[in-house]
Amino acid sequence: MSQPQDTTATSSGEMSSESPTESTAAANAPSAGASTGRSLLPSNTLLRHLLVLLLCAVVAVVLLESTDQFTNSQLAQLSYYAIAAGGLTVLTGLNGQISLGHGALMAVGAYTTALFLEAEEPLPLPVVLLVAVLLTTLVGALVGVAAARLHGPYLAGATLALAVGLPGLALYFREWLGGEQGLRVRAPRAPEAFDGFIGFVSGNPASNTKWLAYLGAICLLITFFLLANLARSRVGRTWRAVRDQEVAAELAGIDLGAWRVLAFVVSAACAGLGGAVLALVVRLAAPSGFTLVLSLALLTAIVIGGLGSLFGALLGSALLVFLPPFVTDLGADLGLNNTEAAQLAPFVYGVVLVVVMIFAPAGVVGSVRLRWRTWRARRAASAAGRA
Amino acid sequence: MTGISVSFGGVTALSDVSLTVEPGQVHGLIGPNGAGKTTLFNVACGLVRPTQGRIVWRGEELRRLKPKQLTRLGISRTLQGVGLFRGLTVLENVMVGAHRHAKAGFFSALFAVPTADRDEARLRARALAALDELDATAYAGRYPDSLPYPVQKRVALARALVVEPELLLLDEPASGLSEDEMHDLGDLIRALSGRMSVLLVEHHMDLVMRVCDRITVLDSGEQIAAGTPAEVQADPAVTEAYLGDEVEVGAGADGREG
Repeated sequence: MSQPQDTTATSSGEMSSESPTESTAAANAPSAGASTGRSLLPSNTLLRHLLVLLLCAVVAVVLLESTDQFTNSQLAQLSYYAIAAGGLTVLTGLNGQISLGHGALMAVGAYTTALFLEAEEPLPLPVVLLVAVLLTTLVGALVGVAAARLHGPYLAGATLALAVGLPGLALYFREWLGGEQGLRVRAPRAPEAFDGFIGFVSGNPASNTKWLAYLGAICLLITFFLLANLARSRVGRTWRAVRDQEVAAELAGIDLGAWRVLAFVVSAACAGLGGAVLALVVRLAAPSGFTLVLSLALLTAIVIGGLGSLFGALLGSALLVFLPPFVTDLGADLGLNNTEAAQLAPFVYGVVLVVVMIFAPAGVVGSVRLRWRTWRARRAASAAGRA
Repeated sequence: MTGISVSFGGVTALSDVSLTVEPGQVHGLIGPNGAGKTTLFNVACGLVRPTQGRIVWRGEELRRLKPKQLTRLGISRTLQGVGLFRGLTVLENVMVGAHRHAKAGFFSALFAVPTADRDEARLRARALAALDELDATAYAGRYPDSLPYPVQKRVALARALVVEPELLLLDEPASGLSEDEMHDLGDLIRALSGRMSVLLVEHHMDLVMRVCDRITVLDSGEQIAAGTPAEVQADPAVTEAYLGDEVEVGAGADGREG
């Protein structure tokens, strides 16, 4: 009934540095209450995360103001990928559930936003975003209840059905959801205060592109702040316990199903917000934008970055956004024609994925964390040897 | 538990077994491989539902017992092997064990309100106390797989103790331990018995005989003896069950599994 345990570590007291939890190593930072190391940051979770939030906000402003219009729009793209990927990495990395349906959940957020902004007198933007999140959360809860009973390939299959089926609704309800063409999204104009803020910070023109980039950045920061809170709390720890050892978790009084649904709901909420931001940035909600490719892109992003790590999700999303244009430019420089250069990007992305999986199966963040852990264990062992 | 029977399909794993753990006592459950010890254990914690029989705990019958309810009832169990969460540090493992003592909910965690931090600090203190009792505090920040097996077993025990149970179910706690470690474990179980009742499944006879107040012996799903260690040792049925094949070949005719 208990899973077969590592039989190599016997009573002889040998150490095994090889970790079987390698694939989710990036997720396994101890929760705040259980941290044993010293840190420069305050131990109070709220203060600590607010401080990091402030730093990240400053970095975001500097980044957005020191780059051109085109890069601004790329950063806006990055923000919606990262919001959704952040939610997915919590589901997959911390709780061990896979979802191929997050692209479809993003569609729910995007269409909700589009519909609500279509009105003559649209609601204020934050309210629209909140509604988009809530509606997606509801859909996520329904899927999550089903998902909590499924494992591995079965769960992948069920969420795959969601990814394939849900965008089809747009074709079915053609009148209402715009069919193949999708819905155009009227992004609201920037408030006066935004012009003032940009003028004060950098004197750059406060274009609409810039406003949307800022909007994306704000949503991203808030999402990651909340997700980081969860990950470092008892909630994150309980999710990881459910992921690692079901029977033991259940015997500790944990309701496996409820905690799985909770993870799915949280992750769906993020996908909803990501979809809403996508709709604003792209100014279009159409079925072609939410194919299975989007779900798979999110999944590869979090795998490359390191499952379970928010920073990893950000890295992976950045790769999604910046790698293709980079490779295309490179191809053009090497004398390929436009079509050939454009075809190079998916190829290089695939190669990057394969290389990462071979040399760093825990993803970028996970590999760094594993190194660090091995190094610390070795140091502790040598210190014990000397004593 | 009275009159517990369990059958899987046509196979009867337990038939009409009764067992009572007295408060503050250590009750041993022994028997050859395949005797149904683990099955009985799984019945006691809701992993297996009995086909017949009643489980009574603190004067109330437990129907449709589910494993997740156990800790709330004051029952805690360790798993065969270790069953630690591999992606959690030792301290976190034990803190998960203290799940039922947690108060802060989802939203206080989401917004990181100070009450969540205070709640975590309380769990941490409990977990550290449990680790301290088992001399495992030094490993608090380590991950289970980097620790020797006996230490992992101690951590698993700490995780069960942090529940502060009234009944502790120990599933082969001595497997993989050296003589000295087993001796220490025996002392520990004796010390625990003042605070809680213990139901112990174990293969190591000397440990069982030393720490148990009462012993129930199972063979092929049937209860063949019960009593104090001395009574059980003197019982010819027990000797036969353990050395059965040598005593009489015909005794195996009742279709006992290997």
